[in-house]
Amino acid sequence: MQKRVSVYRKEHFNAAHRLNNPQWSKEKNKEVFGPCNHDNFHGHNYELIVKVTGEIDADTGYVIDLKKLSDLVKELIIDRFDHKNLNLDTQEFKHLNPSAENIAVVIYELLKPSLGDTYDLQIRLYETERNFVEYPVL
Amino acid sequence: MVYLTRQEHFNAAHKLFNPAWTKEENEAVFGVCANENWHGHNYNLFVTVKGLPHPDTGFVYDVKKLSVLMKEHVIDYLDHRNLNLDVPFLTGTMCSTENLAIAIWNQLLPHIPENVQLHCVKLYETPRIYVEYFGKQE
Repeated sequence: MQKRVSVYRKEHFNAAHRLNNPQWSKEKNKEVFGPCNHDNFHGHNYELIVKVTGEIDADTGYVIDLKKLSDLVKELIIDRFDHKNLNLDTQEFKHLNPSAENIAVVIYELLKPSLGDTYDLQIRLYETERNFVEYPVL
Repeated sequence: MVYLTRQEHFNAAHKLFNPAWTKEENEAVFGVCANENWHGHNYNLFVTVKGLPHPDTGFVYDVKKLSVLMKEHVIDYLDHRNLNLDVPFLTGTMCSTENLAIAIWNQLLPHIPENVQLHCVKLYETPRIYVEYFGKQE
């Protein structure tokens, strides 16, 4: 049995968003989300770390070709979210609050089908240098 | 001469869009940065003052006071805001990082005490892109 190793690929996207629950009053949204609820949006440089775990292929020495992983992340995630307004420009967040947590789950669900069951996948998403989330919890 | 720098940060939405041009002209010049629904960044701001350490305190300037100045006159206006829509001192200005650095300098200058000089505003739009403004050169 080949050794299992985790490989990581880092990408980034710059996006606008706001946190808002349309079922709540303006006051409640302001109270819960604070400045993240401002009407005209704000933004972040999101840093995305994609962790893929699997066995080392005996022929290549790779768990996964990181160039191919990078291309996949660019095609499925970066092209979708980079320089976009997550609330207004994306289908995924049309009815879903674009918190870092929800964005991480969406990214996982967009990538997982292409990776199948051969690999374990984990997403780490930095909304700022100080705040980041991980999904799933392994 | 000793140079003292304080770092602060703000998260904001913006777009690069010249209202005198067509949508096509804007996209040709600004590319994805012209997205009409904005995108965003975690901006990192470094403000440098210069002077000589005071014999009583050893300070060029009390860096806590510099932090308060930056928060009151810059961060409170910009953080979690839309730079194109929400900021009085950016009205009518293209929201490039260059213009933002100049505007930040102009916000701070009147409040810098006489015994120090404002030396540099350095503003990172992303970890890979930053501008520096050293004030009007005579």
